[in-house]
Amino acid sequence: MIRFPTRLFVGFPVAFSLAAILAIASAPLKAADEPMVKIENFAFTPAVLTVKPGTVVTFQNDDDIPHLVVANDGSFRSKALDTGDTYALTFTKAGDYAYFCGLHPHMQGRITVAP
Amino acid sequence: MNHHHDNEADGISRRHALECMIWAGTGVLWTISAGVPVSLSLLGAAEAAEAMATGFTFLQISDSHIGFDKAANPHAIDTLKEAMGKIQALPQKPAFMIHTGDITHLSKAAQFDNAAQIIGGAGFDVHYVPGEHDLIDDGNGQAYLERYGKGTKGAGWYSFDQNGVHFIGLVNVVNLKAGGLGNLGADQLAWLVDDLKAVSASTPIVVFAHIPLWAVYPEWGWGTDDAAQALALLKRFGSVTVLNGHIHQIMQKVEGNVTFHTARSTAFPQPAPGTAASPGPMTVPAGQLRGLLGTSSVTVKQGGQDLAIIDSTLA
Repeated sequence: MIRFPTRLFVGFPVAFSLAAILAIASAPLKAADEPMVKIENFAFTPAVLTVKPGTVVTFQNDDDIPHLVVANDGSFRSKALDTGDTYALTFTKAGDYAYFCGLHPHMQGRITVAP
Repeated sequence: MNHHHDNEADGISRRHALECMIWAGTGVLWTISAGVPVSLSLLGAAEAAEAMATGFTFLQISDSHIGFDKAANPHAIDTLKEAMGKIQALPQKPAFMIHTGDITHLSKAAQFDNAAQIIGGAGFDVHYVPGEHDLIDDGNGQAYLERYGKGTKGAGWYSFDQNGVHFIGLVNVVNLKAGGLGNLGADQLAWLVDDLKAVSASTPIVVFAHIPLWAVYPEWGWGTDDAAQALALLKRFGSVTVLNGHIHQIMQKVEGNVTFHTARSTAFPQPAPGTAASPGPMTVPAGQLRGLLGTSSVTVKQGGQDLAIIDSTLA
C-alpha cells in the first residue's frame, strides 16, 4: 500500500525568499525539471513519480533521521542517507519500480518509467 | 544452569502477581498488578527498597544514538555520559547492563568507539542487541558484529543465564520487508525453539530486543511482524518480561504472563503515537529535555518471580 503524505512543501514559501536563491546560485547546474523525491516526515514525496526512460531521479533526505532507499526486488539499494544526503539513480528501462526505506519499511514509494 | 525458582506450582500460581513499578523523575511510583494499575501508596517505598536489597538488579540503557547532533539534542554524547554517571552513582550496583540498540546514529567507527568508551568506562558487563542504526555501515552490519557479535548466532542473537533468570537477546532489525515492521525471521525463531527446550517453565524469562515485540503503533512501524510466533513459544513460562527500545519513551502492557516495557532513550525523545506528523526526533524546550531521557532498572526479587522495573530520568 502506498501512503500519500498529507504535508507537501509546508514551509517552502517562507524559506524561498533568501535560502532558495542562494541554493540555486551555489549549486551545480541542474536541469530545472530534474525529478526529485523528497524524504520528509518518514514519507517519500511524491510517493508515486512517473518519468521517461533515461531520467535521473534524485532522492534527498530532509529528515533528522537517516533513511535508505531499497528496491522491493533488490535491484537497487542506497547507502544510509543522513540529513541532507542525496542518492541519484538513472532509470533506463520502462516499468514500475517499487521501493521502500530499508530502516523504516512502512515508508514506501514507486517510480513508474514510461516512454 | 542454576535455577533458584524450581518450585513450579508456586511459579505458576504467582504469575498474575507480577508487579511493575515506574519511578518517574520526581520519585512517583506506581504498580501494575494483574494488569490493573494500582496507586503508588499500595507499594511502599520500603517494600521497593527491600526488593532492591534482597534480589539482584540489572540496568537497561537504550537508544544512545552517538553521533546524533540535531536540534532535538545537539549533544547526545553528553547525555549518555550523564546517564552513565547516574548509573555509577547508584547505591545498589546493578549486576550488569543490557543495551537495547541504536548505540550509534550512523554505525560509524568513531561513534561505536565513543559509545564503547563511555558505556564500557563504567565497568559493567554490557549485553547488547543492535538497533537499525547500528547496521548501516558499508558492510550492512559487519561493524556491529565485529564488535558485539562474539558468541552470538546469526545477526547477533544469544541467550544467557544469571541468578536463575534466562535472558534472551533477539535481533529484529535485519531483512526488513517492504511494508513490514520489525522482523525476527525463521532462522532466529528456530534457534529460539531450541534455546528454550532446556529451560523449565518456572524459570523467569527476560527477552530484550530493539523494536517493540508488540504492536505499539504499526502506522509508525512500531511493532514486529513475527513477534507472535516468539511469544507463542514463551506461553508455558510463568513469568516473561519483554524489554525494548526504539520508540524513545516508556510504554507498558501486561498480557497474561508477559509484561512488555519500553525504555527511554538517552539521546532524544520521540512523540507519543499519532501525536505528530512523523515519529522523528521531538524538539522540546531545553529545560524539559532531561526529563524525557533516562534509563530503566530491573530488580529480580530473590525467591520470587516478580520483576520490578524502575524508570529514572536524567532530570
